[in-house]
Amino acid sequence: MKILVCVSKTPDTTSKIAFSDGNTKFDEAGVQWIINPYDEWYALVRAIELKEKDPSVVLHLVTVGGADTEPIIRKALALGGDEAIRVNANSSDSYYIASQIAAVIKDGGYDLILTGKETIDYNGSSIGGMVAELIDAPYLSLATQFNLEGTTATVTREIEGGEEVAEVALPVVVSCQKGVAEQRIPNMRGIMAARTKPLKVVEPVAADTLTAITGFELPPAKAGVKLVSPDNVAELVRLLHEEAKVI
Amino acid sequence: MVLIYIDQSEGHIKKASFEAMSYGAKVAEQLGTVAEGLVLGQVNDDLAALGKYGVKKVHQVNNDALNHLDAQVYAKVIAEAVTATNANVVIFSHNQTGKAISSRVAARLKAGIVTGASSLPDTSNGFVVRKTVFSGKAFAHVNILSSIKVISLSPNSYTTTVGAGIAEVNQLNIAVDAPKVKVTAVNKVTGEIPLTEADIVVSGGRGMKGPENWGILLDLAKELGAATACSRPVGDAHWRPHHEHVGQTGIQIAPNLYIALGISGAIQHLAGVNRSKVIVVINKDPEAPFFKAADYGIVGDLFEVVPKLTEEIRKMKAS
Ligand SMILES: Cc1cc2nc3c(=O)[nH]c(=O)nc-3n(C[C@H](O)[C@H](O)[C@H](O)COP(=O)(O)OP(=O)(O)OC[C@H]3O[C@@H](n4cnc5c(N)ncnc54)[C@H](O)[C@@H]3O)c2cc1C
Ligand SMILES: Nc1ncnc2c1ncn2[C@@H]1O[C@H](COP(=O)(O)O)[C@@H](O)[C@H]1O
Repeated sequence: MKILVCVSKTPDTTSKIAFSDGNTKFDEAGVQWIINPYDEWYALVRAIELKEKDPSVVLHLVTVGGADTEPIIRKALALGGDEAIRVNANSSDSYYIASQIAAVIKDGGYDLILTGKETIDYNGSSIGGMVAELIDAPYLSLATQFNLEGTTATVTREIEGGEEVAEVALPVVVSCQKGVAEQRIPNMRGIMAARTKPLKVVEPVAADTLTAITGFELPPAKAGVKLVSPDNVAELVRLLHEEAKVI
Repeated sequence: MVLIYIDQSEGHIKKASFEAMSYGAKVAEQLGTVAEGLVLGQVNDDLAALGKYGVKKVHQVNNDALNHLDAQVYAKVIAEAVTATNANVVIFSHNQTGKAISSRVAARLKAGIVTGASSLPDTSNGFVVRKTVFSGKAFAHVNILSSIKVISLSPNSYTTTVGAGIAEVNQLNIAVDAPKVKVTAVNKVTGEIPLTEADIVVSGGRGMKGPENWGILLDLAKELGAATACSRPVGDAHWRPHHEHVGQTGIQIAPNLYIALGISGAIQHLAGVNRSKVIVVINKDPEAPFFKAADYGIVGDLFEVVPKLTEEIRKMKAS
C-alpha cells in the first residue's frame, strides 16, 4: 500500500494580507508560513494513522513549489511519513500543479492520494478533482471520515444538503476536511527524524498553464460599525429594515 | 454558447443554480450568444420553467446511474455534453457538487477554471474573472487563457434575475459509465434551512454560556426565517452539531445578514463569514474584535438584548 499526501505552503491564518507591485504580488513581508491546515491536520494525520495501524504502508508527501517550501515539508515529515518529493516549480495555475502531481503518481504507483479540501490562500478546491481526472481515478471530495479495509475505502463526505457514506475500490483521490482526523503536534523525536528523511527534488514535466492572475484587490473597508444602545433595540430593527434592507 | 450546470438535490433544483443560470445568461448576453442549461438524473421540477432564469434550452441526461454523485462518471458526461452542444463557457455553482466536479470537468476539457468566482468576466483584455482568495480577505483577478472557460460561481454573489422565458427541454443521448463509487447511506438534513443557502444566519459563540441557553437564539432565528450557526468552540464542546460550525475550518458562508451573538470575532471565525453583506454583532465587550468587522452592533448582555430583538422584529413584521 502506497499513500501520497499532497501538501502546500500557505500563509498563517492570522497573516496580514497585503499586495505589492501595483497590487500584482502578494506581499510576503512579515508573513509566517505554515503547512496548509487541511493538508496537515486532516490528510496527513489520517495517512499517518493508517501507517501506524499497518506499518507496511509506504507514506510519501508531495509538494509543487520552490526551494522556499522545504522548511514546510520538513515540518510535515516531522509529523510522519517516509519521504517527501518536491516538484521544483512555482505556479498558481491548478491545471499545471495537478499535472505535476499526476506525473509523480504515475511514476510512484500510489494507491491512495489524499489532499486537503482547499488551500487557504488561493481557495481553489480544484487540485484533487483535477488529479483524479488526470490519472482517471474516482474522486471523493470534502471527506469528513475516511476508513480503509484492505483495498476498499469507506468515505463519509459532504454533499449538497447533507452527508453520505460511499465505498470505492482503490486507487482513489480523496479531499479531506474536519472530522477525518485530529490535529497533532510534532514531537522532538519526529523533528530529529525528519532531518534525515529523504526529500527528493524533481524537475517539472511539461504542462500547460491555463490561467494567470492579473492582479489582487482588497475588499472595500467597512464604513465602521454603527452602535445602537441596548436600551433601544427597536432602532437596530429599524436600521436593518430601512437602511440595510436585509429584514 | 454558455452552458450552465444545473445542480439538484432529491430531484429539486436549488437556489445556487438559479443564481448560476441568471449569471450565465448575463455572461451569454455579454458575449453575444445564448445560455443553455444541463441537468443530470431524474428531476421532479418543471425544467421548461427554468427559462425564466434566462436559459433558452435545458439539456437533460437522464440515467439511473446519475442518481448518485460519482465525480468520475459525471465529469465524463458533462464534458461530452459541452462538446456536443459546442459550449465555450461552462458555469457551475461553487457548492458541494461544484467542488466535486467542476475542476474535474475542466481538466478533462483542458480548460482553465476560476472557482469561487464573484464577478462577471471582464472581456476588455482577455477573460478576467474576480474570485475570493485568502478566505475572503482579498480578491484575485484571474485571466482564463484556454479556449473553453470554466467558472464556478460563489453562492450568494450574484442576484437571481427572473424573466418570462420558457426553455426548450432536450434529452441528450450520452452513454453513462457504471459508477465505481457505491453510496451506502445518505443523510440529508431536512426541515432546516441549509446554512450555505440561507439569506439570514443567526450564530452563537461561547458567550451563549451553554447549550441550554440556545432557546433565545432559535426563537430569533425562527422569527427571521434564518439558519443557525456557531463558532468552533461551540461545535467542539458539542453544544451544537458540528455541521453548524462556521469559519476557517468550518463552513464558509455569505448570507445577506449574519447576526453574531457572544462571538469574539477571531480571525479564523471571520474567515468563514466576512463575505456576508451585513454583519450585526451583539457582545458585552466593546473591545471584541468582531465590532471592527461589523456594520451594526450592540454592546450589551445578549441574554437581555436577544429576546428584545426577537420581540421588536415580531412587532415590525406585524405593523
Ligand atoms: C487554525 C485555527 C483555526 C480555527 N478555526 C476556527 C473556525 O473555523 N471557526 C471559529 O469560530 N473559530 C476557529 N478557531 C478558533 C478561534 O481562534 C477562536 O478561538 C474562536 O472563534 C472563539 O470562539 P467564540 O468567539 O465563540 O469564543 P470566545 O473567544 O470565548 O468569545 C466569547 C465572546 O462572548 C462574549 N460574551 C460573553 N458573555 C456574553 C454575554 N452575556 N453577552 C454578550 N456577549 C458575551 C465575550 O465578550 C466574548 O467576546 C480557529 C483557531 C485556530 C488556531
Ligand atoms: N502546490 C501544491 N503542491 C502540492 N499539493 C498542493 C499544491 N496546491 C494544492 N495542493 C493540494 O491540493 C489541495 C487543494 O488545493 P486547491 O485546489 O489549490 O485549493 C490542497 O489542500 C493540497 O492538498
